[in-house]
Amino acid sequence: MGDQVYFEDVQEGMEIPTLRKDPTTQQLVKYAGASGDYYQIHYDQTFAKGNGLPDVILHGALKNAFLGQFVTDWIGEGGTLRKLSCQYRGMDVPGTPVFVKGSVTKKSSDDGENLVECELWLENHEGAKTTPGYATVSLPSRG
Amino acid sequence: MTQEQDSVITQEMRDAIGVESDPVSHEIEKGAIIKFAQAIGDDNPLYNDEQAARASRYGGIIAPPTFLRSTPSGPMKVSIQSPFSANLDGGSEWEYFHPVRPGDTITVTQKFADVYERNARAFGKMMFTIRETKYVNQFGQTVALQRSTGISYNPPS
Repeated sequence: MGDQVYFEDVQEGMEIPTLRKDPTTQQLVKYAGASGDYYQIHYDQTFAKGNGLPDVILHGALKNAFLGQFVTDWIGEGGTLRKLSCQYRGMDVPGTPVFVKGSVTKKSSDDGENLVECELWLENHEGAKTTPGYATVSLPSRG
Repeated sequence: MTQEQDSVITQEMRDAIGVESDPVSHEIEKGAIIKFAQAIGDDNPLYNDEQAARASRYGGIIAPPTFLRSTPSGPMKVSIQSPFSANLDGGSEWEYFHPVRPGDTITVTQKFADVYERNARAFGKMMFTIRETKYVNQFGQTVALQRSTGISYNPPS
């Protein structure tokens, strides 16, 4: 487990380290099995195209998981994820990388808890933000 | 008025809002957590490595944030049947209160919070269904809440 980030280390506007993911059709099958989401648009190309989609597409919830990893990688073992939200505005297809990026929007202390709000998003390899979201985390203090 | 006559939202759908599903309980297996972490490609030791996780402040493996997508709710008592044939996931909002651990029993209930329609350029009329899902552990603690958006539409021919 890497270096712990502390509340004092964080400033509003600060960028969070980018997470690159390389989803493949195999990963979509693994995710279908692990999550129990067997909707055919995620592994049956004929079915997906019949639904007006360009190809099989990533499970929205898999992108949600990527956003979760992005945040929990950053906050480390000492940080706690309080809120995580995202909207699936655009579709993502397997075979090309996606990148999760974000930055700190607000710091506050509430009842002894050090809260940090972040905006984050997943973008495709062409830089289109397909999945914007927000997170609120609690970070440990150096004090 | 024309818009209301054309609406796909029925009184039956509106009546389904707020009706909670019967609770369904899931035993959380360590293997299922590890499989889920592998499937999303997250090698965080907290989700994958019992020895490393024991040395952490959690004292053992915990589930990744979206693991609860693998613990479905039971059927809705009053369902909202979309007139459209195709479905998309619109997004999720999670709130987390306690970690989920192997050996936990997580009881899931769900209710419709809202249903509405919108016109979209690509697919014409789309129906949006908002569901709220509550996850409670064996100690009666709410571990997480999820508010999710389902979208249904008719594929263009």
